[in-house]
Amino acid sequence: MASPPQSCCRSCPETVQPAAEPVQEIRTTDSRITPANHLDHFLARWGVNRMGHRVEPGLYRLGNPTPDSPVFASSNYTLSFDALRSALSGHDGYILVLDTHGINVWCAAGKGTFGTDEIVRRIALTGLASVVRHRTLIVPQLGAPGVSAHEVLRRSGFSVEYGPVRASDLPEYLAIGRATPDMRRVRFPVVDRLVLAPMELVHAALPTAAGAIVLYLLAGLPAALGAISAVLAGTVLFPALLPFIPTRDFSTKGLILGGIVALPFSATFFMETAASGWAGVPAALAPLLLMPPVTAYLALNFTGSTPFTSRTGVKKEIFRYVPFMAGMAVLGAVLAAVLGVARLLGAV
Amino acid sequence: MFDSYRENTLRYNPERCFGCLRCTEVCPHGVFAEGNRRVEVVRPEECMECGACARNCPVQAIEVQSGVGCAWAMIGAALRGKEMDSGTCGCGGDEGSCCGGDR
Repeated sequence: MASPPQSCCRSCPETVQPAAEPVQEIRTTDSRITPANHLDHFLARWGVNRMGHRVEPGLYRLGNPTPDSPVFASSNYTLSFDALRSALSGHDGYILVLDTHGINVWCAAGKGTFGTDEIVRRIALTGLASVVRHRTLIVPQLGAPGVSAHEVLRRSGFSVEYGPVRASDLPEYLAIGRATPDMRRVRFPVVDRLVLAPMELVHAALPTAAGAIVLYLLAGLPAALGAISAVLAGTVLFPALLPFIPTRDFSTKGLILGGIVALPFSATFFMETAASGWAGVPAALAPLLLMPPVTAYLALNFTGSTPFTSRTGVKKEIFRYVPFMAGMAVLGAVLAAVLGVARLLGAV
Repeated sequence: MFDSYRENTLRYNPERCFGCLRCTEVCPHGVFAEGNRRVEVVRPEECMECGACARNCPVQAIEVQSGVGCAWAMIGAALRGKEMDSGTCGCGGDEGSCCGGDR
């Protein structure tokens, strides 16, 4: 058995000595995604029992691995773990599942739970050094924000090799022994964007329902439908159309999309009230002022779901556009209130 | 115009770089590329400040104020009277929007 490389200083207190024997039992898994797994994924996408989609941290045997088989790190979120094991169909290896509290690799890396300390700890707890002969751990690239490869090597003796961004590229990565530049680039295709829509929708559902009911009672069905449409535009249409909407800022994209969605409502309200003279224009303006800020705010909140918005940029967006959105919404609300009062007084 | 993402906190000191190329491996946006004996920053505006490059640079040639670009978290922190930068995405709680993916 090859001995691990020496760390820089033998007296480093954080250096973890590999266990002589496996401390934790090695579990067994396979590459099959069962109907139960699919159901679990579906529920996870809809935010049902959000923190309950976990697998037990530890070391897993996939197929019939030997001491020379590769070791892959993953989070203990079922979607991450299942994406990895299904991508490795036909391959033998070990999966080192870190305890990320049921959070996916990318988010856990941002929080630090998918990180250097947990890797070093999990290597020691599982006695990985006595299970495999080599000293290489394949870590998903999107785990890199939480992992310091040189620290892992120094503290555990295991060299971190960053695998591709997408688990589905693993077979090719293993075949050619490296990640191509394309495998290293994160993408955000329409499928990836749309699978996040249910979660966005769930978050907005309760306030939307409450707002729609209030609007229905105060202003009728079209107003309630306007509120629902603005929210659907921000939570479903926006992720779907993200790259096709002009401008780079999410807020301005949302304002544009919300404006387009508001146009039919604006036209409807204008035609309903134009006969009464003065009320036509404010009635047409109200949805144009109220709906875009709602869509834009939800669009801005989608920044946290994307793999390309910087904190600096998002902060700029907040200071630039949130006051503008609030101003639009207040003005729209004032117009709507004036129209509501006029209707009660029989002036419209 | 309407692009808040042109500037970021990525800072690179080429004098320190010895060309291990770790940053080119971990950056998901191709910000770095192999140059002559050291890496070059070729797409700085694409940096999302995830911090993977800085964390994996063995000679601290890269600095970035890493954090989550999540408006929901920042606005939430501000509403609770905390620093905007102290906000973390809702992953790990009962709410939040960034945990739906399988990444």
